[in-house]
Amino acid sequence: MSVDYLGLLKLFLPECAVVLTALVILFADLRWWQALPVLQRSRGAAWLMTVGLLGAAAVALLGEKSADLLGGTLVLSSASQHVKVVLLLLAVVTAWLCTEGEFTKHVGEFMALIALATTGMMFLVSTENLLMVFVALELVSLSLYVMTAFNKRSPRSAEAALKYFLFGGMAAAFTLFGFSFLYGLTGSIHLPTIASKLAGHATDPLALAAIVLVVAGFGFKIAAVPFHLWAPDAYEGAPAPAAAFIASGSKVASFFILAKLLQTGLAGAEGSGAWKAFAPGWTAVIALLAAASMIFGNLAALAQTKLRRLLAYSAVAHAGYALLALIGGSQPALLYYVVTYAVTSVGAFGVLAVVEHRTGREDFGSLAGLRERSPLLAAGLTVFMLSLAGIPPLAGFFGKFYVFVAAAKQGPDLGYWWLVALALAMSCVSLFYYLQVLKQVWVAPREESAPTFAGEKAVAALIALLAGAVVVLGCAPEWLIQWLR
Amino acid sequence: MLAWTIYISFAAAAAMFLLKPDSRQGARVLALVAALAGLAVGLVGAVQHAGGGLVTIQKLPWVQTIGAEYHLATDGISLTLVILTGLAAVVGILFSWNVEHRTREFFAFYLALIGGVYGVFLSFDLLLLFVFYEIAIIPKYFLIAIWGSTNREYAAMKLALYSFIGSAMVLAGLVAAYVVSGAQTFNLVELAKYPFPASFQNWAFPLVFVGFAILAGLWPFHTWAPTGHSAAPTAASMLLAGVVMKLGAYGCLRVAMTLFPEGLAAWRDVFGGLAVVGIVYGALVSLTQRDFKFVIGYSSVSHMGFVLLGLMTLSTIGLSGAVLQMFSHGVIAGLLFGVVGRMVYDREHTRDLDELQGRRLSRTMPFAAVTFVVAGLASMGMPGFSGFVAELKVLIGAWQTFPKLAVIAGVGIVLGVAYTLRAVQKAFFSGDKEDVPGAIHAGHGHGESAITLPEKIGAVVLITTTLVIGLYPKQLLDWIVPSFASPLFDGLRKGGLQ
Repeated sequence: MSVDYLGLLKLFLPECAVVLTALVILFADLRWWQALPVLQRSRGAAWLMTVGLLGAAAVALLGEKSADLLGGTLVLSSASQHVKVVLLLLAVVTAWLCTEGEFTKHVGEFMALIALATTGMMFLVSTENLLMVFVALELVSLSLYVMTAFNKRSPRSAEAALKYFLFGGMAAAFTLFGFSFLYGLTGSIHLPTIASKLAGHATDPLALAAIVLVVAGFGFKIAAVPFHLWAPDAYEGAPAPAAAFIASGSKVASFFILAKLLQTGLAGAEGSGAWKAFAPGWTAVIALLAAASMIFGNLAALAQTKLRRLLAYSAVAHAGYALLALIGGSQPALLYYVVTYAVTSVGAFGVLAVVEHRTGREDFGSLAGLRERSPLLAAGLTVFMLSLAGIPPLAGFFGKFYVFVAAAKQGPDLGYWWLVALALAMSCVSLFYYLQVLKQVWVAPREESAPTFAGEKAVAALIALLAGAVVVLGCAPEWLIQWLR
Repeated sequence: MLAWTIYISFAAAAAMFLLKPDSRQGARVLALVAALAGLAVGLVGAVQHAGGGLVTIQKLPWVQTIGAEYHLATDGISLTLVILTGLAAVVGILFSWNVEHRTREFFAFYLALIGGVYGVFLSFDLLLLFVFYEIAIIPKYFLIAIWGSTNREYAAMKLALYSFIGSAMVLAGLVAAYVVSGAQTFNLVELAKYPFPASFQNWAFPLVFVGFAILAGLWPFHTWAPTGHSAAPTAASMLLAGVVMKLGAYGCLRVAMTLFPEGLAAWRDVFGGLAVVGIVYGALVSLTQRDFKFVIGYSSVSHMGFVLLGLMTLSTIGLSGAVLQMFSHGVIAGLLFGVVGRMVYDREHTRDLDELQGRRLSRTMPFAAVTFVVAGLASMGMPGFSGFVAELKVLIGAWQTFPKLAVIAGVGIVLGVAYTLRAVQKAFFSGDKEDVPGAIHAGHGHGESAITLPEKIGAVVLITTTLVIGLYPKQLLDWIVPSFASPLFDGLRKGGLQ
């Protein structure tokens, strides 16, 4: 069959723009900027990233919103284009976070990796083809592994990357194995075709094995229990921008494609995880994963003394809440939750990046008296922590609420209410550790030697913007829900 | 118009951060102006409403996807509590005039709390009500953790967690009710009409009721209250005991009882019994306390027991007594905490009754002594004060439905006299310094200041209120009683409300 390459290019202009940006930054940094100080190079590269990625976002917003090419290899929808815009914005924020902290001399390479990971994510959300999913997933994963290892002066960074890589490699193998079963059963790698061929024998043992393998592979990506073991070390050891991007962009893309895989590709094989009505299928597996993640993530976070690890375990817990939306079958609820979570997460890492850079510490005590030392960062961190805890009128509250409603609606007779009740109970547990963080910011007295700081202007501005977005999206959520449909 | 109470409070809270970081007088004045404006708006709105039924203030679409609206409305019950909030806010600020440490942040959190409370009382969309209910939790945490006294971080966290658990229970019930009703709406009036299946109501009612009642101090979930009230700074204690506990009781009435009348019928006896246990237990424990603030804290638990008992009577006289008790206790608790916290503790730096015994406070601060005696009389239920009218109505209502419980509650009133008189005597009127072995030799020149003007104004305002309502309760009852005739309470009427 003939392929209309020009048409393809037009549809994938955003991705092309991102790759082009990566190449331009690499060239500029390696050819012209080597003599400049690292901070200047970071700033310059961040500006180039902003221009390039915002341009790509504009193209994605204004361009074609629906397409289905090459047997589902490349599929565009309004939701996918809007999610791409979100991913690009998150990448821009991540790029600016690089200006806060000198963890590497290889600025151009790091920025290029961010751009490449973004490209991978963008392709991940534009496909309904198993092979394309895997290729895009690998692009994202490999870029993120390298980004995690980028701080060559820190043995923890290397350790984190190795754990992430080994775990991720195994997970990718599981995913591919599961995909191969699906192909074996149905003879197709196109999701809708798989669904139609599977219809009727969804409880085939091979299909169930495929479901478990695929969910295991993706469970790693979203850091759900019991595939979360890489998360605390990766979040702690990676340089702040890398951790921020793993926590935000990678989650958004992974949840989007997982939802598509399960809801489109395995449409007949849901089964049920409802109370006293368990039936084999992916809903049952997801329900168990969600319950385990919420319980373990929240309980483990209680014991943490380091901010990064706290955020890692909280990410595990939030993956649990988001999985509820997956069960609920409501794509708007899932996307709203994951997008607002990503915005909150990248903001929180932004604040942590500044604090770690300016104080040199990573424990709770580094935040003591932050309200005096840096009112903007204190306000931002307050908004982010309260949103994660689920306090209205912030986006995190509404996200959780919408997810709970979606999950409760699913299943006859409030079948998933047990999950909602569990989620609420675990949310109460979570309030404790988020308040512990805020206690440091607002209640604990400032230490004698603690410096006052404001952080890089651009980073501070971005944190303020992100905090504002969390507030606005929480008070008026309708807009974002409609936009992500 | 009443919606401005909410907006003014939040706007003023935000505006606090525009003031200079060390500005004190500016912060105080801004807070007082905002609180007075809120009270004025509340009073004007009440006069305009004048006994009409349910009146919608604002109804805008908010989240069409799930059917939530920005729906503010009021009826007589909400009005009563809005005015209580206004009064408590103003007097609380007057009693906090002496806060020197991080003043503008104190008033910012205070006003944010007030705004959230106004929002709960005026919301008629369940999601909106819940949002305002939860907004109120965080300022409470910071008010206690930063400006509190003994054990403040523990008390603040305990209070925050209990409140959050309560609201999580409420949310669980609300989500279930929303899904079961199948109606794509959170409108309270609409949902109240929906006939939820009895089997559903049997577990949904206790879930939502207990969720709200935790904040109202239902025994045995009341333990956050004495700890929290004692650790909190004066204004926060006044708000907590005076208004925030009423949020819980209001939620019980407005949400749990309205939505699930059949569930109420099934659980009435249990919660009526727990309420009475709370009355007697609170009083008995108050009788043994050494810490002055704990005496008042436990007495709050006891008085809220009357509110909850009144709610369970399912008779108009009992229910209106409960609402009146919410108002009355709000005012009286404000007075009591004002005296104990601001007048006594800020000067004597001790709340231990045995230590205060030697200090002859009736001589050194006569105004405080008189105020506390008056407040104590009101708290005891002396006729002439608002507490008497409210508790009488509750007891009459209880006698009609659970006579045995009414008798036990009556015993609670007698115990109330006992702990109040004990506290009054020990703190203010006990013997000379020489009589008490080991008493601290406290002279007159302790560095004590005279009772300041803001404190005097605050005390007089509250005493006047409780006297006026005690002598002329008709004004409030004309708002409260007709509210129970509205269609909102049809379900309860079917369940036996007379």
